[in-house]
Amino acid sequence: MTDETDLKPPPRPWRWHIAVFLAPAVLVYTAVMIIPLFETLRLSFFNRADGQTFFVGIANYARLFGDPRWAASFWNALWNNAYFFLIHMVVQNPLGIALAALLSVSRLPGRAFYRSAIFLPTILSFVIVGFIWKLILSPLWGVTPSLLDLIGLRWLFAPYLGLETYALTTVALVSVWQWVGIPMMLIYAALLTIPEDLIEAAEIDGITGFSQFWRIKLPLILPTIGIVSILTFVGNFNAFDLVYSMQGAMGGPNGATDILGTFLYRTFFGFQLQGGDPHMGATIATVMFGIILVVISIYLFIIQRRMRRYEF
Amino acid sequence: MSLSTARTSTPRAITVHAALILYTVIAVAPVLLIVYNSVKDRRAIFGQPMTLPTWDTFTLIGYETVWTQGNFPLYFQNSLIVTVASVFLVLLFGAMAAFALSEYRFRGNLLMGLYLALGIMIPIRLGTVAILEMMVATGLVNTLTSLVLVYTAQGLPLAIFILAEFMRQVSGDLKNAARVDGLSEYRIFFQLVMPLVRPAMATVAVFTMIPIWNDLWFPLILAPSEATKTVTLGAQMFLGQYVTDWNAVLAALSLAILPVLGLYLLFSRQLIRGITAGAVK
Repeated sequence: MTDETDLKPPPRPWRWHIAVFLAPAVLVYTAVMIIPLFETLRLSFFNRADGQTFFVGIANYARLFGDPRWAASFWNALWNNAYFFLIHMVVQNPLGIALAALLSVSRLPGRAFYRSAIFLPTILSFVIVGFIWKLILSPLWGVTPSLLDLIGLRWLFAPYLGLETYALTTVALVSVWQWVGIPMMLIYAALLTIPEDLIEAAEIDGITGFSQFWRIKLPLILPTIGIVSILTFVGNFNAFDLVYSMQGAMGGPNGATDILGTFLYRTFFGFQLQGGDPHMGATIATVMFGIILVVISIYLFIIQRRMRRYEF
Repeated sequence: MSLSTARTSTPRAITVHAALILYTVIAVAPVLLIVYNSVKDRRAIFGQPMTLPTWDTFTLIGYETVWTQGNFPLYFQNSLIVTVASVFLVLLFGAMAAFALSEYRFRGNLLMGLYLALGIMIPIRLGTVAILEMMVATGLVNTLTSLVLVYTAQGLPLAIFILAEFMRQVSGDLKNAARVDGLSEYRIFFQLVMPLVRPAMATVAVFTMIPIWNDLWFPLILAPSEATKTVTLGAQMFLGQYVTDWNAVLAALSLAILPVLGLYLLFSRQLIRGITAGAVK
């Protein structure tokens, strides 16, 4: 038997280089990201009056949820945001999966071209995307009506961005147009990793085409679909730019496209007659943080764990 | 004969191509429509929006307006400075941290890795209230430095995560041989490991660059002054003001699209390889 102390490695000298390698990244990240996140949380428990900042406990939260005007705006923004996310889940992700499945068809000429072209809108800024679609959908510029005319659907045309009923759906679909490249790429990558012999075995069993996709490939890429969904969620609940550049800071018409991001911007920064309120802004940011955190936790601890179990 | 020939029979291949071409048109046409209408005269923009410009309808009047009325050259310069500086810092600091995490075993390694990875999921935007207060307190509001700091912090988590994955694949024998030769850890990192992970660095660079160049939120809040406006913010302001001058609006949009488009065409292979490599993990 060996003495236990023999197994211990000799005490190593303090390795300075590790600290040197880590320090710049950790410092910048902590100072500009982590501390401000906690500071935002702290600010939400304070308020300011007559140039004095004082602790108010949960009063800001009580105001956000209790004051009918604040609560109405908040729930409207949250509901719109949920709908915005729903459109992405129902349109963007299935479309991304379908495009990825088409791209992964074996021996497809022009694959690289299709991939790059479909991914193109993703690299454009929200400002550009928002404005492009604002122009295209504008009743002033006859592009949309004449296009609809071409396929015999002229009667479908309406000033989509100006009507409360359609505005949010339209903005969400523009966002889908912009972002569909991301799920397409991630799922395409996942499809590529499916071993070839598995597919060949399926073909020997006579499982081809659509049923091969549904029965063999789709179950195998479920974890990737999970990741895509969570990325979509975080992106959507943090969205701001597209609505801001298409519909303005008020999320018009009449708040129909107001989402949490624009609500936070208006509250924090002020808009037109309304003054900015950093403490209420911090409160809204904290609530958004909480929503994102809860959903990520649910995903990590329940969904992803269960998926792992099904993998083999 | 391979079994897979059954999968690419002619009618099926045609269907696949038709579907992909249809979506490609949906993805690309709106962008092209804006770019080619930007060089048409006002009457042609409204009269025949779908047709390509001809010699009769060709004009650069929109570009002239943008170039003379807006401060676009300055905005371009600001965007360039902010993007290049942030990407450089993300790559340098990110690679250093990734090397520490992937190369050395030390107490708290895993915890440090998790701490740095937190930022991948949590948007930095939610800390804006406090970030603005901090920038006001340090006098950095309306400076490009404030943007560089925020974007560096924003880009680091994903960069560290991706680069650490790649650095784990660098052969340990190589590094140990260098250690036997008496090279310091710093020289091993800068002279041996950095050149080896250059492809991964290029991927991370493109990934980091696009959201920075396109961001509207932080320029709007931290640096909205005329001297520090970025292209995205400048285009947003310009589009708001000149909403009725369609030539100028279309030209401003095209000017904002073309640099990113050029960059994309240059790096698209790298970018796509990066996404597929990252997702395989």
